[in-house]
Amino acid sequence: MASGSDKNGDQQLKLYSCYRSSCSFRVRIALNLKGLKYEYKAVNLLKGEQFSPEFRKLNPIGCVPVLVDGDLAVSDSFAILLYLEEKYPQHPLLPKDLQRKAINFQAANIVCSSIQPFQNQAVLNYIEEMVTPDAKIELAKVHTEKGFAALEDLLKNYAGRYATGDEVSFADLFLAPQIRAAFLWFNLDMTQFPLLSRLHEAYNEIPAFIDARPDKQPDAPS
Amino acid sequence: MASGSDENGDQQLKLYSYYMSSCAYRVRIALNLKGLKYEYKAVNLLKGEQFSPEFRKLNPICCVPVLVDGDIAVSDSFAILLYLEEKYQQHPLLPKDLQRKAINFQAANIVCSSIQPLLNLAVLNYIEERVSPDAKIEWAKVHIGKGFAALEDLLKNYAGRYAIGDEVSFADLFLAPQIDASFTRFNLDMTQLPLLSRLHEAYNEIPAFIDARPDKQPDATSG
Repeated sequence: MASGSDKNGDQQLKLYSCYRSSCSFRVRIALNLKGLKYEYKAVNLLKGEQFSPEFRKLNPIGCVPVLVDGDLAVSDSFAILLYLEEKYPQHPLLPKDLQRKAINFQAANIVCSSIQPFQNQAVLNYIEEMVTPDAKIELAKVHTEKGFAALEDLLKNYAGRYATGDEVSFADLFLAPQIRAAFLWFNLDMTQFPLLSRLHEAYNEIPAFIDARPDKQPDAPS
Repeated sequence: MASGSDENGDQQLKLYSYYMSSCAYRVRIALNLKGLKYEYKAVNLLKGEQFSPEFRKLNPICCVPVLVDGDIAVSDSFAILLYLEEKYQQHPLLPKDLQRKAINFQAANIVCSSIQPLLNLAVLNYIEERVSPDAKIEWAKVHIGKGFAALEDLLKNYAGRYAIGDEVSFADLFLAPQIDASFTRFNLDMTQLPLLSRLHEAYNEIPAFIDARPDKQPDATSG
């Protein structure tokens, strides 16, 4: 079973991550589920470390996470997770059934393209400057609520113990950080979202998810 | 070779699409490249047809495209393209090499998550109303500019005739509609973007891309 270490036992897997980044959180969960050890390389987004020339060489768009695996560097959480799924098949995260697999990708993209971009710092800062600070919160909340409502609807015919059945799958990696953010930062009324609330409870019992949480990371403020 | 028709030759592939939707455009290109015939089901987004109860049953997030393949319904262009790639393996769109495959996904997601969502109609209307029409244009240009600059940087070590090498691949399906939109809707200064400009020219010579264009669709309106 591929373990993420080279023959010397050194970490050939490195993850460039920020503790607060929900995109990094997704990858941390996957690495934990697959039992992959990695070196945590903290990138302080508030200090702008993602714009350093060294980091831009790794990822020209200046975002975390970036996974380095020996000679390979993969950026973008979606791309990293598909890479991990192919290279390290232990604890598979995608069902073989094409419909269920597609539902996983659709749920992931509801988070990735419909919710999370509206919580991106640069976007929020723009809205705060050009409209008002309240408008910023409003925008994030509106997109989160819309996306969560769609997820409730989409997953109701597929969810079991987890998002698309009784095993943790690809979609759960995207949901866990987003739902957590909604509870912690956006003060969303989660009673409107019973399935997502239940999933949140379920994720809070899985070590791989708990260990991936922002407050558990080396760069989390004490 | 799977063709998208059932044993009676009827179209079992249906694509719910809107001519202007860049997400739908991506899927139309893939269907054309793979030689898959399909029934075009127009969903008029300006008239709000995506909010009808029938359409909501197909896709609760009320977006196009949606692909129906017999009993299966797949929504979200990324999910649809991965589905097509797995089920209809002719004209493969993903390299086997893991680094190149990952670059395809990263480029696709730069478009999918960093550019396109910030340019959708609801968001642009919001900026126009809450700030100003000029701010809306500025917002669009900033986000396209930022994403396109990143793509130029990302792809410069991989591009050949197309985005990643000399064969059309997954990333090209995302780039073509986005570059097209930036020319036609947002008047972006493409001289800063030599690679993407060159790719735009290359896409304009491929029938599968041309036939997928908004103006070629059954629901296209003049003007």
